[in-house]
Amino acid sequence: MSTHAAEKRGFGAVLWDYLTTVDHKKIAILYLIGGGFFFVLGGLEAMLIRIQLISPDNEFISAQFYNEVMTMHGTTMIFLAAMPLLFALMNAVVPLQIGARDVAFPFVNALGFWLFAFGGILLNLSWFVTGAPDAGWTAYAPLSIISPGHGVDFYAVGLQISGFGTLMAGINFIVTIINMRAPGMTYMRMPLFTWTTFVASILILFAFPALTVGLFEMTFDRLFGANFFKPEMGGNVIIWEHLFWIFGHPEVYILVLPAFGVFSEVIPTFSKKRLFGYSSMVFATVLIAFLGFMVWAHHMFTVGLGPIANSIFAVATMAIAVPTGIKIFNWLLTMWGGNIRITTPMLYALGFIPSFTIGGMTGVMLATAAADLQYHDSYFVVGHFHYVIVGGVVFGVLAGLTYWWPRMFGTMLDEKLGKWTFWLFFIGFHLTFFIQHFLGLMGMPRRYWKFLPDQGLDTGNLISTIGAFFMAAGAILFVWNIIITSVRNEKVSGDPWDARTLEWAIPNPTPEYNFKQIPLVRGLDPLWIEKMEGNGKMTPAEPLGDIHMPNSSFLPFMMSLGLFIAGIGVIFQVDNNSWWIVAIIGFAITLGTMFLRSIKDDLGYHIHKEDLEDKGAGVK
Amino acid sequence: MSKNTNSAHSEQFYKEKHKEEMKHQVITFAMMIIFTIIAFGLVAGGFSKYFTIPVILVLAVVQFLFQLYYFMHMNQKGHEMPALMIYSGVFAAALTVLGLTTIVWW
Amino acid sequence: MTHDDMLRSDNLPHEPEKATLEGKNKFLGFWFFLGGETVLFASLFGTYLALKNSFGGTEGVPTTELYGLELVFIMTVLLLTSSLTSVYAMYHMKNHDFKKMQLWLGVTVLLGLGFLGCEIYEFYHYVHEYHHTFTAHAFGSAFYTLVGFHGGHVVFGLLWITTLMIRNAKRGLNLYNAPKFYIASLYWHFIDVVWVFIFTVVYLMGKVA
Repeated sequence: MSTHAAEKRGFGAVLWDYLTTVDHKKIAILYLIGGGFFFVLGGLEAMLIRIQLISPDNEFISAQFYNEVMTMHGTTMIFLAAMPLLFALMNAVVPLQIGARDVAFPFVNALGFWLFAFGGILLNLSWFVTGAPDAGWTAYAPLSIISPGHGVDFYAVGLQISGFGTLMAGINFIVTIINMRAPGMTYMRMPLFTWTTFVASILILFAFPALTVGLFEMTFDRLFGANFFKPEMGGNVIIWEHLFWIFGHPEVYILVLPAFGVFSEVIPTFSKKRLFGYSSMVFATVLIAFLGFMVWAHHMFTVGLGPIANSIFAVATMAIAVPTGIKIFNWLLTMWGGNIRITTPMLYALGFIPSFTIGGMTGVMLATAAADLQYHDSYFVVGHFHYVIVGGVVFGVLAGLTYWWPRMFGTMLDEKLGKWTFWLFFIGFHLTFFIQHFLGLMGMPRRYWKFLPDQGLDTGNLISTIGAFFMAAGAILFVWNIIITSVRNEKVSGDPWDARTLEWAIPNPTPEYNFKQIPLVRGLDPLWIEKMEGNGKMTPAEPLGDIHMPNSSFLPFMMSLGLFIAGIGVIFQVDNNSWWIVAIIGFAITLGTMFLRSIKDDLGYHIHKEDLEDKGAGVK
Repeated sequence: MSKNTNSAHSEQFYKEKHKEEMKHQVITFAMMIIFTIIAFGLVAGGFSKYFTIPVILVLAVVQFLFQLYYFMHMNQKGHEMPALMIYSGVFAAALTVLGLTTIVWW
Repeated sequence: MTHDDMLRSDNLPHEPEKATLEGKNKFLGFWFFLGGETVLFASLFGTYLALKNSFGGTEGVPTTELYGLELVFIMTVLLLTSSLTSVYAMYHMKNHDFKKMQLWLGVTVLLGLGFLGCEIYEFYHYVHEYHHTFTAHAFGSAFYTLVGFHGGHVVFGLLWITTLMIRNAKRGLNLYNAPKFYIASLYWHFIDVVWVFIFTVVYLMGKVA
């Protein structure tokens, strides 16, 4: 109903609606727009890198600009593209999958989005000021401490702000999944995407504070004269590496577990079989998360931590291959003997399994501490983590968006274009990154601005760049697909894939209250159970009644804007003390809106039973 | 929801229960103060550091558990999830401190 | 439940902080936040321990000479007592005695202010007597960041509790604000938990080793 009403309203009213919304479905769309924008931006940066490396001794971009582009590509893709795109899927789907009317903290959910958005904008503002950060996405000290200009300051403050948003989003999902499940939706009946969201959110909760502290220390060093990472003053640069990777390694699982969840939804749906080994999938997810906290130093084998530490972290890292292997085999066995439909989401799933397996195997190679001294900081590492992040996370996001597009927007993305997108992207991906393993083994270091001719690196780099153009074509086709699907605007039914889980039991478009009556869940794949028993729809667990809804609010936007302004002030106060005024204004806005939030009662409103009866279908 | 069904009887029951809890809190507080005095006393008394440091760390952990289980009511039911998350946090925290105290360049 | 039911103060069940779904969510969400804060402070403690007595090429006063135990002991007692008074406040909340709850929260705030005053004096003392500053060396940075983050939490807690007390002074306890009071008190206890480790790991261990 809300989307229909939105079509009739003017642009200003729609804009205001989205600026103040606390509805998880609209926040999902905001995350999609924000994450999509930064994905395109990060993709452009990647193209600049590949064009620079298309031939030896190239002078396409300057060395300084290359460093900035390379740093921003990594930072943007991890923090501003992959995370929010996954949050878009989580927001769109998780409350529906567990039969909830909303998330636990609608206001905090909106605040999380706006903090991410303003943090991302602040980070990218650096392009227009003194140049972007240039110390690599890992920002190792002392390089990040001595880097001139304000680039790294923007890195530290921008990521700090968006990190707060991520932490809030994580807590929101944990509480939503624990407290808001429909009757009968026990933990061991939750769809795998909900499970992986749950586990990834727990990882966010325990991993992000380490980054918060690391970023504070870097900010203090650069802007307030502290000495954490200045050896001549007693500082220790290894502290940054530890804090960064104590956060950074769990971050890999924060990204990839939800992608696993997407495939665990897509594969059963298009195999017409329940997920093979459901409980072992849940177990493997939890085990990966647990082990994920004990492996961070495998990024630091060459630091010189000593053979004992290196051995412990090597063994722990290799151990993660076991639960991951369990997952791979479960997906294969889900398809085995199934009635397989090759749709676009299924294609991504099929492409994902071998690609990610390659990424996992090179991971085990890298985990071998002695051999890692050779691989370290070479293109082998670049190849490895792109197989994990693109082959796992990006394929997962593209599969998830195609799969849940009808749920989010009521329309189907064009299947033919979708398959073209997949093949362009898939072929381009392997062309780009497979060869990079060999470039690395031949001795090409990562992050270098140019390489010299006649060292055996020319052809490999050319192939890699050609592959990147294929991926770019795939991405453009995906955007084109979105545009023509929106223009055509052909609405489909609420369950166009003949799927199994609860989110498909809702009519199209999704009502703002999700479920008119909360459904009763009778097992794993609840909708499928009802279909098999000939009901075809969920049984309600409650009589029709008034529905409580949260109020929209402009405060999340203002709180985040305040921090954005304060961040600018804090960055520039080293140049001129009067920037403190800006910082104080920013903090005042944030604290003032927090105070307002605290003293103003926000009880929400009710949609009355009588109004619901007029509207027809609730639970299909 | 929540009609005022609390009879005078159950009201009385809860009052008694809260009083009992409060007694535990006061005992907890007294023990925390005693532990604090012991810890400061050990340090002020100049005992061997191989004796003092383990003992004051154990006392701190016990105080931590007192705060959690009595002052923050983790001994009451409905605190399974908070306990799980706090202990997961303690696990991550322990790894962090261990890493930063053992494998940094000195 | 209607809005009036949420804002009345004569319909309270025996655990008003967890009687509504919103209350339950707040309760759980805040505990999880504290779980995250555990890692935040662990990272600060880890940094402190790695940089303790680390002066590089600069002159600095080592922990054994710098710290004085008397003031730290007073601060510890103040904060531990404020933890007890905040438990008292929650005890009266469960018995629906709003006036006594406010009274004990007020005592908690006063004790917290006392703690903060001591901490400010302590920092002033270190800076002026020992030139132990934030920018002097890595040890100074780590010390002030760890203890300062805790102090910042105290300031925020005081502002929070005071705001709640003033906002609800006239209308009393209800289902809407009970969870807010409860989680504010959880936060206050957590501050005390962190302090237990600060006085042990920073001051006492610093004095010994």
